Amino acid sequence: MTKRFGGVAAVDSVSFEVAGGEIIGIIGPNGAGKTTLLNCISGVYRLDGGDIRWEGGSIAGMAPYRIARLGIGRTFQIVRPFGSMTVRENAAIGALFGSEAARSGPKEAFKQADGVLELVGLAAKASLPVSALTIPDRKRLEVARAVATRPHVLLLDEVMAGLNNVEIDQALDMVRAVHATGVTVLLIEHVMRVIIGVCRRAIVLESGRVLAQGEPEVVLRDERVIQAYLGERYAKRLRHERDQEGPY
Amino acid sequence: MNASPRPLLEVRGLTAGFDAGPVLFGIDLEVAHAELIALVGANGAGKSTLLGALSGLIRATSGTITLAGEDVTRARPESLVRKGIAHVPQGRRLFGTMSVEKNLLLGAYLRRDREVRDDMKRVLGHFPALADKLSRDAGTLSGGEQQMVAIGRGLMARPKLLMIDELSLGLAPNVVDHLIEVVQQINREGTALILVEQDVLVALDAASRAYVLENGRVVLSGAAAEVKEDPGVRKAYLGL
Repeated sequence: MTKRFGGVAAVDSVSFEVAGGEIIGIIGPNGAGKTTLLNCISGVYRLDGGDIRWEGGSIAGMAPYRIARLGIGRTFQIVRPFGSMTVRENAAIGALFGSEAARSGPKEAFKQADGVLELVGLAAKASLPVSALTIPDRKRLEVARAVATRPHVLLLDEVMAGLNNVEIDQALDMVRAVHATGVTVLLIEHVMRVIIGVCRRAIVLESGRVLAQGEPEVVLRDERVIQAYLGERYAKRLRHERDQEGPY
Repeated sequence: MNASPRPLLEVRGLTAGFDAGPVLFGIDLEVAHAELIALVGANGAGKSTLLGALSGLIRATSGTITLAGEDVTRARPESLVRKGIAHVPQGRRLFGTMSVEKNLLLGAYLRRDREVRDDMKRVLGHFPALADKLSRDAGTLSGGEQQMVAIGRGLMARPKLLMIDELSLGLAPNVVDHLIEVVQQINREGTALILVEQDVLVALDAASRAYVLENGRVVLSGAAAEVKEDPGVRKAYLGL
């Protein structure tokens, strides 16, 4: 897929596949095109080239709500819960307007919401107003709203940003718990510990293109990836050191 | 450190961030008078947020910032400029349709002394390439020249501490080398510097000491030459 803004290709001929049950990490320096990629998949942006296929059929150009109903859920970096509603009501919104399986009336939606809040660790705070939530809990609610749409694939955009190390561990457990219910996960993260912790596969973007993809442990040692993150000079020095070690 | 005089800048347990949550968690950092410090770390590590907190653009939620012995934790940006902290922001942020000269003079906006013109000469001494472009719109200059104007504008405030965010961003290596030489010269003339860099070695080679940030914390600090050899640098960026 390709997405341009003016003359800049924010996503430039990117191709990849996601198999059911995977957890895939999307990483890359600022401005690499990670969020744009997510916006293309979820229908926020219309593609300028290429195609996106879901279970074999093209979803390119489809409205975001229709894509959500197919079972592609997502979170947003800047969370926007309904501030005047309770945590439970917010989660129920996801259930009411999500995938076909989830849309079965208010009563079912609340039941669904309760299950999801249990899963993400917010059950005890279900009746609180959103305004009473801490930052990590707001991130949890953002995930809960997306999970409540009963997605087959969940797209997570930096849900660990702004969390401390303990909170990151808890959030990792939450992602694992959601995945364990059979949800395929595609996550954007800056925190490499997260990528190494849950992903079997990582896709590295730079300037809108796929720089490398594969197992995180391999990809994160890739010289091109090191260069993208630490700069040309650092990569050059590393290459020099490796050459010196060379045959011995 | 006991016998040495107080540092120019002391940051203790600084926590700061945005509505969406904290970005910095308990940062400790100091900069001595006329010292050149490198601040490196991956995207989202908190480098720019730290500079924002030091220049009063982002409020500390806890911790203290002390400048030359004075608590400036709650000081406003303009007051910090007066007290001697100048910030060269990421992406230069020049006024593109204003002349180079006006952009430079804006750096001295708060000054009422008679030495502004002398400082303009000093800036042009550092960046002679700007001398015959003073009347040009800043937006028409090359990226390297725009970075010169941005650094020059910072110098026009006559700072004790100049903080440069991403000096090398989008610039060719030879241009970066030149700018780093000038920055080191500015430092030798007595201005303390914090160099924030994505390109790690650009900063580590130029600085005497370095701090490595990861996820809002200082995970490594010390002599730049030692930090450079530490595998912890790579770990801070790539997790392994």
